[in-house]
Amino acid sequence: MPQQAAEAAASFPEIDAYIDGLPDINGALIPVLHRAQEEYGYLSREVQLHIARRLQIPASKVFGVATFYSLFTLEKKGKFRINVCLGTACFVRGSEAILRQFETDLGIKARETTEDFLFPLDSIRCVGACGLAPVVMVNDRVYGRVKPEDVKGIVEEHLKRGGE
Amino acid sequence: MSDNYGQVRIALRNCGVIDPEKIGDYIAQGGYDALAKAIFEMTPAEIIDTVKKSGLRGRGGAGFPTGLKWELSGKSEGDEKYVMCNADEGDPGAFMDRSILEGDPHSVLEAMVICGRAIGARQGIIYIRAEYPLAVKRLQKAIGEAEELGLLGDDILGSGFDFGIRLYLGAGAFVCGEETSLMNSVQGGRGEPRIKPPFPAQAGLWKKPTNINNVETYANVCRIILNGWEWFRQFGTEKSPGTKVFALAGKVNNVGLVEVPMGMPLRHIIEVIGGGIQNGRKLKAVQTGGPSGGCIPEEHMDTPVDYESLVALGSIMGSGGMIVLDEDDCMVNIAQFYLKFTAEESCGKCTPCRIGNRRLLEILEKITTGGGAEKDMIDLDELGNIVRDCSLCGLGQSSPNPVLSTLKYFRDEYLVHVNDKRCPSKRCTALLRYFIMPEKCIGCTVCARNCPVSCISGERKKTHVIDQARCIKCNTCYEKCPVNAITKE
Amino acid sequence: MENAGNGNKKLRSWDDLKKLRAGEMAKNGEKRTVLLVGMATCGVAAGARDVSEALAAEIKKQGLKNIDITATGCYGFCYAEPMVEVRVPGKNAVRYGHVDKDLAGEIVRRHLMRGEVLDKYVLTQEVTRP
Repeated sequence: MPQQAAEAAASFPEIDAYIDGLPDINGALIPVLHRAQEEYGYLSREVQLHIARRLQIPASKVFGVATFYSLFTLEKKGKFRINVCLGTACFVRGSEAILRQFETDLGIKARETTEDFLFPLDSIRCVGACGLAPVVMVNDRVYGRVKPEDVKGIVEEHLKRGGE
Repeated sequence: MSDNYGQVRIALRNCGVIDPEKIGDYIAQGGYDALAKAIFEMTPAEIIDTVKKSGLRGRGGAGFPTGLKWELSGKSEGDEKYVMCNADEGDPGAFMDRSILEGDPHSVLEAMVICGRAIGARQGIIYIRAEYPLAVKRLQKAIGEAEELGLLGDDILGSGFDFGIRLYLGAGAFVCGEETSLMNSVQGGRGEPRIKPPFPAQAGLWKKPTNINNVETYANVCRIILNGWEWFRQFGTEKSPGTKVFALAGKVNNVGLVEVPMGMPLRHIIEVIGGGIQNGRKLKAVQTGGPSGGCIPEEHMDTPVDYESLVALGSIMGSGGMIVLDEDDCMVNIAQFYLKFTAEESCGKCTPCRIGNRRLLEILEKITTGGGAEKDMIDLDELGNIVRDCSLCGLGQSSPNPVLSTLKYFRDEYLVHVNDKRCPSKRCTALLRYFIMPEKCIGCTVCARNCPVSCISGERKKTHVIDQARCIKCNTCYEKCPVNAITKE
Repeated sequence: MENAGNGNKKLRSWDDLKKLRAGEMAKNGEKRTVLLVGMATCGVAAGARDVSEALAAEIKKQGLKNIDITATGCYGFCYAEPMVEVRVPGKNAVRYGHVDKDLAGEIVRRHLMRGEVLDKYVLTQEVTRP
């Protein structure tokens, strides 16, 4: 059973160190998942199994929690995560048109990633910057008062940095 | 404390005034004096009594009396108790809690310690959205500074009272704003609600007595302790004393946070404080309470803002989101927007919410894409009431509000959608039809060349025509036409 | 980290707290001009960091002394971010909205150096607390 062997062999020293530093593993699952995603970018099957073993809980529970919360992702994400805010304030100020413009310019649909793994496109629910609606977030950077014609520039700005 | 246009800043008293990353600034404004007073001059019963008499009610939405909550968790027997702060502000379009946490984090910490002293708890937990990195950072810094000065931790101010606070980051689930879901999340599980009773005050986090309040509720506490309940009651109304912070957004000129005494008419908030509607358009409705609230039409704008009045109109106070809609907004489209949100955020534990909201959404989608009939409106009403009456937690019990309130107040708009297959506000794209006005068309062929499905025909210098059967309503021709010869209806 | 008056000492009583407060208030009472820059999420997204840097650069360039630039939270005028409040001792506190790098420079050169209030950009004016 090669897959199981590989899973057993996989090691996650960063996660081990984090768990070892916790005062109590009871109820620690979500912080541990946050830490793992921060470290590896996504929650692979292997890391989920590892966490289950270390926290002494069923793997099904880890999977159940990882899939329940929208901030956790089970797949590798691209480099520049584009999130168009579809919160109410942005919605009534036309953020759907912004999302459509990204879809057209990038040639993908929301929740897809471009082939070069540079741009995963998604929507987000309110970053609390409603005064700047409509808002687009690329990774941690917030762009405010975005117009459909600004979309091209936002993409190009990151394309330039893409090779770095 | 009085501010322009009738605003009164109690919860926001320090926001934009002090440096939130310096505890000294907060202390200079009288910070942590309420805590000292609560520890050295008041008994736990007196603290609870003061909060009760102030009439402070939960600012997270439901408006449960805060003092009563404290009393219940104080009376519950238990070796360990918890004080929790709900900072999982998931309501799209609301950012009151974020502003308080970013602008005045100590006001929340101080109030939580006071609560701990009142109910006999020694541990506090703030459950905060991971989507608010700056608020998290400032809270962490505030906790560190308070610990250094001995205002948090063991032996606070030399009194022998111990109280610690830690942060717990959410992971993007709207339902975790519901208190029992939130507790399940802190215990490391899926954020699914529990059946009440038992209430958190009896068996909350780890089945221990737990008091949980919202950020803004806590932000009011210190002033009540310092100035007394009579002072607090001078603001607001008999049943809803004090102030409420609203996140004013949407089509209003002055988007921002406002804090007003309860009982102020909606119209004053929008037209005077908010500076009226953008671009000289007409006010159509105000949506309060986010996905759990409803739409209040223009004719009810003189309603005073308090818990009971908003419920009577089919909406709720909610956490304080206030989205202003103008005549360009389609109410069916707005109802669909919120339903899409709740259908996605339903945790799936109980059937009425999981399936009922999905069916409601499907009916709305049918209506906004031209497949609706009048019977669908009856179905929406009936099913909406079932979901409201039968769901397990607050999310499902309130999720039909946007549909039911728009059905009630904007029935005509629904009728135009189902009977004429038209969207009067031109927001439902699928119902739009694009035409070229012969008298304006100069036959430049720009529209035809840019049409992605090549459904525009016509010779150079002659009037062009759109083939309605093939048009995908992408709006490209409308944007590209140099002489504005394209119209949509 | 700039900490409260008496450093890292734990407060042992209500009196300790009162003493610390007195020290903080005395500090605020000093004759210093303060520029408050709104640094909540809205402000930062609208460019408040650039504004803060531009203010600091202009102050340095003009060789002005005894001026503090402080971050603050959200005052609620999200539509007008980035915002800068100018507190000159003995004068009304003036809050400017829609500040960009150029306006930041002007605030320093005209308001701080010549005492001229740039009426066009003023959001609110209020009496400075004693």
